[in-house]
Amino acid sequence: MNPRLGEIWVYLSASPLLGLTLTLIAYQGAVRINGHCKGHPLANPVLLAVSVLVFLLWATGTPYQTYFDGAQFVHFLLGPATVALAIPLYAQLPRLKRMAGPLLLALIAGSLTAAVSAVLVGKLLGASAATLLSLAPKSVTTPIAMGIAERIGGLPSLTAVLVILTGIVGAVGARYVYLLLRIDDHAVRGFAIGVASHGIGTARAFQVSEQAGAFAALAMGLNGLLTAVLLPMLMPALMRWLG
Amino acid sequence: MLAAITLLLLFQLAGEAIALYFALPVPGPVIGMALLFAALAWRGGPSVELRGTAQTLLQHLSLLFVPAGVGVMLHIQRMADEWLPIVAALVISTIVTIAVTALVLRALHVHEKESS
Repeated sequence: MNPRLGEIWVYLSASPLLGLTLTLIAYQGAVRINGHCKGHPLANPVLLAVSVLVFLLWATGTPYQTYFDGAQFVHFLLGPATVALAIPLYAQLPRLKRMAGPLLLALIAGSLTAAVSAVLVGKLLGASAATLLSLAPKSVTTPIAMGIAERIGGLPSLTAVLVILTGIVGAVGARYVYLLLRIDDHAVRGFAIGVASHGIGTARAFQVSEQAGAFAALAMGLNGLLTAVLLPMLMPALMRWLG
Repeated sequence: MLAAITLLLLFQLAGEAIALYFALPVPGPVIGMALLFAALAWRGGPSVELRGTAQTLLQHLSLLFVPAGVGVMLHIQRMADEWLPIVAALVISTIVTIAVTALVLRALHVHEKESS
């Protein structure tokens, strides 16, 4: 390589500008590909963008921390975006009031299923204790899940990754579950994907309809609250029982 | 736009402060969401500006998960060692959770519709 180009690369690869710009480009490219695939859930924008970025970082030998120094500006927006979920939620207020009882029961059933089934399957196939404890909060939105993992003795950064993967599985798979079980109500569809796969599921639900998105946002928020209270009490007993 | 973003950040800040003060396990932004929801219910809905800003932000919600997702590269070794239990747990648990939640909600909801 031209020595001048080498110097420029050394400088730019260490500046936050590159990580931020690459994130935006990779995401927009992923959205375009998703459009070409007519929104097929397997062409999930998060999955595509993450794959491309991991490959780029690996190929150029760039550490994750250097990338994140730039990408953190995007990551930061997760906070205000979570707050903003109150607005579509408010639009569904009349329906929420009407369905409060069923929603609460479905939430409890879903929240327990999400944590217990993940730990049981993991244990059955021989996952280590640290991995099991990191798996337990996987259906909850990233910031809450990381907090829970820390509390119950998992690895927060591993949990962050498992949460994202769970979101992608939900966004990709939900459609087939609904087809199989013949579930057409957008409120039910949204709520179930929100319980099982948090923000990524919610983002997917917003692509389907505003109503599905609002119920997914509600489910995500409620499941975050419930799991944060339940898991620290449930996990010690569950882990003892599993040995 | 600017006023709406300021409002969102203020609610997030209030949420963070409450979470820290009461040492809650729930993250600040989620408490901020609950607070904003309560405020909207009390005031009777968002302004046009707030609604527009929220829509823009939520339209690109997927983008905001990308930086954390790239963190997968930090755990390649563990994922390589334990890929089978991890993949199986994620896929089976997520699909079962969607099915259980949807079936419970539909059963109760339909039941309620018929009885009312």
